[in-house]
Amino acid sequence: MDGIHDLGGRQGFGPVGHSPAEPAFPYRWEAVARALLMVVAGTVEASGGEFRHSIERMEPGHYLTSSYYEHWLTAAATLAVEHGLVTHSELEARAGGRFPLSGPVLAPPVADAGPDVGEPRFGPGDRVRVREWHPPGHTRCPGYVRGKAGVVVRADGIYSVPDVEAHGAARRHEPTYSVRFDAADLWGDGQRGVFVHVDLWDSYLERP
Amino acid sequence: MSADGHHPAPMSPVEQRVAALEALLTERGLVPEGFIDEITRRYESEIGPMNGAKVVARAWVDPGYKRRLLAEGAAAIAELGFGGAEGEHMVVVENTPAVHNVIVCTLCSCYPWPVLGLPPAWYKDPPYRARMVREPRALLAEMGCQLPGDAEIRVWDSSAEVRYLVLPERPAGTEGMTEAQLAGLVTRDSMIGVARL
Repeated sequence: MDGIHDLGGRQGFGPVGHSPAEPAFPYRWEAVARALLMVVAGTVEASGGEFRHSIERMEPGHYLTSSYYEHWLTAAATLAVEHGLVTHSELEARAGGRFPLSGPVLAPPVADAGPDVGEPRFGPGDRVRVREWHPPGHTRCPGYVRGKAGVVVRADGIYSVPDVEAHGAARRHEPTYSVRFDAADLWGDGQRGVFVHVDLWDSYLERP
Repeated sequence: MSADGHHPAPMSPVEQRVAALEALLTERGLVPEGFIDEITRRYESEIGPMNGAKVVARAWVDPGYKRRLLAEGAAAIAELGFGGAEGEHMVVVENTPAVHNVIVCTLCSCYPWPVLGLPPAWYKDPPYRARMVREPRALLAEMGCQLPGDAEIRVWDSSAEVRYLVLPERPAGTEGMTEAQLAGLVTRDSMIGVARL
């Protein structure tokens, strides 16, 4: 989905609130939220794709104004409700107030994942173009490279396609590649000597 | 909050939500005894950038190890006893005087946990994720990372299964130092690529 999480290249955010070191969990509730997501994801056997998509479906205003572990809390509660471990009304009654969950899945379940891809179609040095498409479900293809041409720098392993695994029990496996893009091609701003590498599944790519 | 008038809770709304989910899952027997404390302790004390610093220091003193690290990251890192979730497929990228590498995850917050620990808040927040792929030269300068003027910048967006670690350059004047002393020089930021040593 073209969700708020797909942040690469968005403008207007201002400075990075950098600090050189900090505790793993500045607040105790963050550690608990993190552990609870592990509990829920383990109980319902959520794939990595389903977990990430449960965060991506957060209402955009909530996403941008809440911290990382509030995202995890929202994901844990959303998956717990969607898989029938708890109900939304139970959560709100126990919390004594609103308990915002992520929005509904917009994509239909994937029934037929299609055949696995066993051999890489591309190798280092090959020029490729990223498909220009807007799937309503989960994808790991960032919006900022869609339709853009780049060069493969590495063929990595063969992995489960997140777009499939996020939407049901079906799985498809494909090679992944690291693709190098000239930043000037991505942003059209004439910057020089800057290259952005994005790791992409086989089906995200086509020959230019 | 505490509309029923007793036990006014000194908790923020998000803390109340966490407590609500924790209570409901615990009542259903889904939270193993001690699980939350144990998983928290591991990420607070066992996993962190001190692990990555040992990897970097070993690569600085042992050319054979460095070759293995750059060729097969996860296997070389496992030689030092580090591995596990979010470190199964590691690619180590080497800084040189002419090339500077920096890692980001624009879609979420992917990060090499076994060698760097959990990511800092700023790595997960929108400004870093939005800007590092669009204007890295300006952002690195803003974050105090001084690069040679004509250095090539390579940004690595961790969008699939590989997790990245930057191998910083060994600082000049460290020839006499031990491996342990060298590890003490390596900062988390230098292994993300937002600082040089």
